[in-house]
Amino acid sequence: MSALAVHKAPSKAGATGAARGRPPLRGRIALIPTVTLLLGAVYCLLPVAWVVIASTKSGRELFSTFTFLPGTGFADNLQDLNSYRDGVYWTWMGNSALYAGLGALLSTCVSAFSGYALAVYRFRGRESIFNTLLAGVLMPPVVLAVPQYLLLAQAGLTDSYWSVLLPQILSPYGVYLARIYAAAAVPGDVVEAGRMDGASEWRIFSRIALPMMVPGLVTVFLFQFVAVWNNFLLPYIMLSDDERFPITLGLFTLLEQGANQPALYTLVITGAFLAVIPLVALFLLVQRFWSLDLLSGAVKS
Amino acid sequence: MTTARRTSYGVKGAPYAFLVPAAVLFALFFALPIGYAVWLSFHKVRVSGLGLGSGARKEVWAGLENYTDALTDSELVHGALRVLGYGCIVVPVMLGLALLFALMLDSEKVRLAPFTRLAIFLPYAVPGVVAALLWGFLYLPDVSPFFYVLGKLGLPQPDLLDGGPLYLALSNIAVWGGTGFNMIVIYTSLRAIPAEVHEAAKLDGATPLQTALRIKIPMVAPSLVLTFFFSIIATLQVFNEPTTLKPLTNSVSTTWSPLMKVHRDAFGTGDVYQAAAEAVIIALATLVLSFGFLRAANRRNRQEAAS
Repeated sequence: MSALAVHKAPSKAGATGAARGRPPLRGRIALIPTVTLLLGAVYCLLPVAWVVIASTKSGRELFSTFTFLPGTGFADNLQDLNSYRDGVYWTWMGNSALYAGLGALLSTCVSAFSGYALAVYRFRGRESIFNTLLAGVLMPPVVLAVPQYLLLAQAGLTDSYWSVLLPQILSPYGVYLARIYAAAAVPGDVVEAGRMDGASEWRIFSRIALPMMVPGLVTVFLFQFVAVWNNFLLPYIMLSDDERFPITLGLFTLLEQGANQPALYTLVITGAFLAVIPLVALFLLVQRFWSLDLLSGAVKS
Repeated sequence: MTTARRTSYGVKGAPYAFLVPAAVLFALFFALPIGYAVWLSFHKVRVSGLGLGSGARKEVWAGLENYTDALTDSELVHGALRVLGYGCIVVPVMLGLALLFALMLDSEKVRLAPFTRLAIFLPYAVPGVVAALLWGFLYLPDVSPFFYVLGKLGLPQPDLLDGGPLYLALSNIAVWGGTGFNMIVIYTSLRAIPAEVHEAAKLDGATPLQTALRIKIPMVAPSLVLTFFFSIIATLQVFNEPTTLKPLTNSVSTTWSPLMKVHRDAFGTGDVYQAAAEAVIIALATLVLSFGFLRAANRRNRQEAAS
């Protein structure tokens, strides 16, 4: 924090902060904030930059050349990964896409119903229902996952797609976000007007409220997509057949085997590089029409 | 999956109908497992005879036996201490950095803000397992650029995956992964400060540093409390990173963190009753710690409001 003390920006009345609208192009650049942020960006991008470069190295180059020099082995590494156990890597990728895509979609639906109900209606038990759902956030995942496994085992559902998909549909944070967005986006008098016109509650929700909630629901979907995609513990506990593994668990098992044979290091590194691409691409894509601030429940007044 | 049915009983029942899917899922995947874990934690298996045939293994009431076993288990206590030490590094450093970056983003005439904001946030999109894997390789002397440079300069090369440095190595992975999200939360609440406040501070001749310390930080205190609260919970539940580093080093045991021990007891040694008791203890400890923190934070706020 001491870096701040050195910095005194000229205080021109009328200049607006960078956060509020574009800064005027005249005047000094605030050097210390800019440099601090750049250092932060370098720190955060460093491992990603490393994996991009390391994935181009052949096994020999990995241990012999300076890390930040690209190698010559990317095509070979890719081929090795493709042929590793008949392309099981791409099965993992597909599984992750399925778990995260379908899981986030279902989760968004449930969050939308619940958030809408909690925001628009006044009814007995509203706050206690909401608080009970939120308390779910506080449960350590392993505390839930162990008995979930035992219960699903009794239902004969462990080691199936369901065992990873179902426990992640209800997301307390998703319900919380959906409630905030519904409260901000759906005006009470619009709902009332719908009722005056004799529309059913379901029709008001699906035809009037849902379109208003879409920007918020995109956020719920993204949040949950990332949460499911990044989840490791639940599949780690639930699954034993690696045909159903998501990418996180697949890479982990690859690393476990590779610990004794450095020949597999290049596979792990190339696999890690490819595993990072989809989510980063997703964020860069939605950047254009979606603001990061929405993730923390910010609503434009 | 059920969807909310068209309600034939009008407005009165509508909210309950909308909440049916969430209620069913909550009952099946939250309430029932928690109840089952509590039930298991008070039971044990009694094997009669040679343990052969049906009925030879019976679940019997164990009272507090599993709990006393867990609490006197040095492995669990050590794991708890390890995670507390780790949390004492991660939470302050991560939130300190998140606050620093958020204030920098909010300062005047800062350049490249959109790019740096996205770059710092990017690790959020990297799974914890992959993050641990990437850093794990950067910690390995054979492949790490840091060690390469140190070696070329003839400097000593510390072993990052052992003893004290291991805590720093693990903490660094968590800080790297979590700073961006918390920065966004704090930055969002910074942006919600009305422009008049900034103008007033300027007219009074406050320096950016004074504005940050005396005006901005107090005004975003609620979001700091919230990020603290969630960071404490997330830190206590550390599992993925040490589990992923395990293949790379011998100094991460299968019981490094309490959650890892629960997993080992449930699936490694197959004592689900013991594992359930440990899980319940961890859940209670998490609740006590996080709510204790919230109460302390609220009391401070009230005192400040009163003074």
